[in-house]
Parts: sequence; structure tokens; C-alpha cells
Amino acid sequence: METLDFRFDSAPVSRAANPALCGVVGSGNLEILVKAGDAATICQISIKTSARGFGETWRAVLGSFAAAHAAGGTAIAINDMGATPAVVSLRLAQALAEYQGGGQ
Amino acid sequence: MNAPLPRDWDTLRQSRGRRLERAASLGLAGKNGKEIPVDRIIDLLEAVIQPGDRVCLEGNNQKQADFLSESLADCSPERINHLSLVQSVLALPSHVDLFERGLANRLDFSFSGPQGARLAKLVQEQRIEIGAIHTYLELFGRYFLDLTPNVALIAAQAADAEGNLYLGPNTEDTPAIVEATAFKGGIVIAQVNERLEKLPRVDVPADWVDFTVLAPKPNYIEPLFTRDPAQITEVQVLMAMMAIKGIYAEYGVTRLNHGIGFDTAAIELLLPTYAADLGLKGKICTHWALNPHPTLIPAIEAGFVESVHCFGSEVGMDAYISARSDIFFTGADGSMRSNRAFSQTAGLYACDMFIGSTLQMDMAGNSSTATLGRITGFGGAPNMGSDPHGRRHASPAWLKAGREAYGPNAIRGRKLVVQMVETFREHMAPVFVEELDAWKLQKSMGAELPPIMIYGDDVSHIVTEEGIANLLLCRSPEEREQAIRGVAGFTPVGMARDKAMVENLRDRGIIRRPEDLGIDPRLATRDLLAARSVKDLVRWSGGLYAPPSRFRNW
Repeated sequence: METLDFRFDSAPVSRAANPALCGVVGSGNLEILVKAGDAATICQISIKTSARGFGETWRAVLGSFAAAHAAGGTAIAINDMGATPAVVSLRLAQALAEYQGGGQ
Repeated sequence: MNAPLPRDWDTLRQSRGRRLERAASLGLAGKNGKEIPVDRIIDLLEAVIQPGDRVCLEGNNQKQADFLSESLADCSPERINHLSLVQSVLALPSHVDLFERGLANRLDFSFSGPQGARLAKLVQEQRIEIGAIHTYLELFGRYFLDLTPNVALIAAQAADAEGNLYLGPNTEDTPAIVEATAFKGGIVIAQVNERLEKLPRVDVPADWVDFTVLAPKPNYIEPLFTRDPAQITEVQVLMAMMAIKGIYAEYGVTRLNHGIGFDTAAIELLLPTYAADLGLKGKICTHWALNPHPTLIPAIEAGFVESVHCFGSEVGMDAYISARSDIFFTGADGSMRSNRAFSQTAGLYACDMFIGSTLQMDMAGNSSTATLGRITGFGGAPNMGSDPHGRRHASPAWLKAGREAYGPNAIRGRKLVVQMVETFREHMAPVFVEELDAWKLQKSMGAELPPIMIYGDDVSHIVTEEGIANLLLCRSPEEREQAIRGVAGFTPVGMARDKAMVENLRDRGIIRRPEDLGIDPRLATRDLLAARSVKDLVRWSGGLYAPPSRFRNW
């Protein structure tokens, strides 16, 4: 088990509804909880992962997410069971959409 | 003038005669349907096989002459040795036993699948010499030139009293093997599952067969093409949406082959839903060179598919196939006739597209499923995943691809060869790499060439979760490399991309992201799959599909 914490600059999220939970903690998958953070232009992400030693890959995947989406003002918690970057990116997009109340 | 050297011109026939006499002297004359008692099989094999023979031990992709293989492995290495095996698939433990027990020492093949690790070990111990890893058609071709078997040990469903054979739906390699052996002085021995007074149809005439033996149990068939829809992921759904919208629809691909992985199973299951919503029914995926994939059932039932010719059959699909004789090639008896050689020919020359997956791809687009410590071969992908330069007939997909590759005045078209991969495999193993493991494997095998499955210059498109790279439109090796890096995601080679060049490639439509194709990744859910479980497939088939028990969880 490894714990990682990141903070990225990101444009403020357009609207926030209720905290959103997306995905499941299963092999090759992950669970993402999005709720309100403490700074409007910061996307704060903390990860608990079963796969050790992938800090730089997480930084690249999450940095790309924070740059491509308006995710400022959120605090995102991730429980990961070895999801690939493709799954992580997809789930983050789904979770953020749900947090904004739009679903899809 | 020199007088011609005197020689016999019928040594093969003489050798065949001596082998049959040896068998007859042991009371194995093959009377009554050329029938040999099951407990005399080792006597027969030791009588007709000689040291140094080339032997084809029918190992297909699916059907296996398992009883004959186990029997040959039990023969005495004093009597039978230095055999050279020439067979498409080396899948059974008993195949490898032949090398470990000193009966055989040379192998020419196409695919070894589950025996890949044992094979690599034998190579390292120098107990086996590998001639080459062939494509199927290449090996069948060599059966008729320089690798003709002396003895063929084959598997049939049934024999009649004269020794005619019925092969059942899994015809597979048998016609190619028997034709080469029987007409070049060889011996053909068939294991059969049953003896019948009247065969449903004759697939091999009796005078091409020397001996038949009733096997103690039916020959083994591996359900190699059954993919449980429950295991298809949302990332695979996303890639399938991109492939359908960005490639199938744009080129109007009607004639094609699919690989056997979950990526392409996802495409099959999106045809009745996503592709139908895009108005593509009748415009794509009408004619197939494909095994009877259970995941194709919904597309067939939805009216997408006009014709399917098969390399082999698939466990549980027989009743469904029989009931859909407009779609599948079936005999007057109602059962399917498959044929690997003909279907591979269709896949090579008559298909406009091959799409499949791989374990590794390098920056030139070369791909391989060979990894360190395993020599597995490649199955059908190298034939179908290659652009046949000899093709002459035109089709819209072939012409469009040719013009993209060679310009508007191209005098030939181009096959679409698509590799579809998620950038990381399980356990975060990157698919995109600077150097394929195949190069290290070449050294450890002492082979002349690295075992590459699909050559980079044959690949036209790469589909990943990050987008589609169209390599046909690249105009230099540098552009090609950046196009590949540009869809390689967060793998080390993907992160080492030249960002400006990748954006330029995207502006020119060489790289296309999901949003460039009008696809919202968040809509990629399993709800789009026409079937989400094996039980759904059974339902689509009207109860005709009978999945093997390991795929039943109800």
C-alpha cells in the first residue's frame, strides 16, 4: 500500500452539486470520491494504491486531467487497485461530471 | 555426352510399401475400414514411422489428434528418433514430451500457445532445433514444397467401414495435411471419435487414408474464441467506439477479420447498438473470415452480417451454425465445413481489414506477442495482418487506404491493418516500448530473425484509449514515430513525445482524439454492449448456443 498526495493548479469547477462517488475497488479498477476542496484554483488529490512505485505516472496522469478539465476547488480521494492510466482518466472524467450534477 | 546416372524414380513409393508390409507382418493390415485395434497403436506407429521422418501430428488451433500424440510419445526412442515435426500448432503437453523423451529434435510450426515456456527451455538446453515460426499459409505452402510429411497423424470425427472420414465442423488443417501426405508417398493415420455405417458426408476419401483407430475418448477441442462479455471493460468500449466511427465507417469496411481478444469482441457487441445508431447497418462488417465467435451472435441476429467463412469451429456453436446456413458454410448434411487454408487465403487476399491486438509495439510499429522466456508463435495474425502486394481487385476501403498511403494517382490499394491496444496491460506493463522483447528472444533462440508478429510497415492504424494514429498519412519515419508516441498515453515512450510535432499531426488529422471524432469518453459504458454476459449471448441465439460449462455461471 502506498499513499500519494498531489496538488495541481486547475481552472475553477463550473458548478458543484453533491459529493460524487464513482467506480469500485476491484482488481484493475478504482474508486473515486469528489468533494469540495479548500482553494478555488487548486485540485487536490490523495491516493491510496495497492501498486507501489508509480508516483511519477500518477503525477503525469493527474496533471493531464487537471490541465484538461476545470477541476479547481475540488478535493479528490482515490482508492486504487492497480487501475491502468486509461481507466483512471476515464473514471476521473466520469466522477467530475457527476460532481457537477450533470451525470453525463 | 555423359550418360544419366541410373536411379530409382519411385523410392517414396517403395518406402511406403515397406512400411505397409512391416505393419501387415504384425497383423496390422488395416482391414474393415482400415481399422487398427486401439491397443495395437504403438505397434503400428513403430512399424510405419522411421528415424528421421517428417511427421505432422495434427495439432490445429482447436482440434487436436491428442490420442495419437500421446501414443507417439509412448513409443520407444530406440525405434523412433530424430523426427522432424511439421505442424501448425504445438499445443499439447504430449507434443513437447516428444522432444523431452528424445523422439523428435526439430520443429517447424506456427503457434505454440500454452507450451511456449517449455519450448523456450528446450531451445536453451539445445534439445530442439526450430526451423522457423511460420504463418499458417506459409507452413501449408511448404507442405507442398520442401516440408512434405512422411507420416500424418490426424483427427477425424468419424470413419465408415471403408475408411472414409467425416471431419465435422472442425475441418481446420486436415485437408491441407492429408493432400500433401497422401499424394507424395506418405502414410495417413486417423484417430476417430466414432465409427458409423453411413457418414453424414465424406470429407476425406478412403483411398487417401491408410489406417484408422477408434480413440478411447473424443479428440480434445479448445474453446479458444469464446470471450465472456462480462469481462469487457469501459476502456475497451471506448476504443471500440473510436474504431467503428473513425475507421470502419470512414473506409466503409465490409470484408474483414477480427483478432480473438476482448478489444475486438467489444466491437462485435457494439455493432447492433452503437454502429446501428450511426446508421452503419449494411454499410460495414457484412462479410467475414472469422471463427464462429459467440460474441458475433448479436450482430448476426441484428442483420449486420451476410457471410462468415471459418478457419475452424467453436465449442457450443454447432447448433447455432447449422440453423444459420445462409451465414455460415455448411454441407448438405447441415454441419459446418471449416477450412483453415482457404479462410487464411480469404483473410490475406479478400479482406479489406485486419484488426487485432498485441502485447508489445515498438516505435516503428513492429508488434509482437513474443515475450522473454516464451516462444509462442502468432496464429493467424501475420497472414491477415499483412498487406498482400499481389492483390488486384478493387474495393472502396482498399482504394481509399491506397490513396492515403501512395497519393491520388496510386496504382494499387492498401489493406487496412489495425492494431488496437490499451497503452498498459495488466500489472502496468507498457505495450509501447523502445525495443521489443523479440530481439532478446532472437538471441536466446539463435534465430536468424526476431519473432515479429506484424511488421510495422504493414500497420495502417493504431487505436488506443488516447486516440487513433493513421500511419498511412505519415510522410517520414519521424512522423510515424511521433504518431505512435502520440497515442502511446502515459507509457515512458508516450511521455517522451515531441509535443509540438504531435499537435501538428493532430491538426493534420493523422492523430485523432476521441473529441476529434465527436466521441465523449464518459459515454463509453458497458450499457452499450448488445450482450453483457454469456447468458445474454444464449438469449440472442434463441437458445441455440450451448456454451461450455466453464462459461456458465447460472
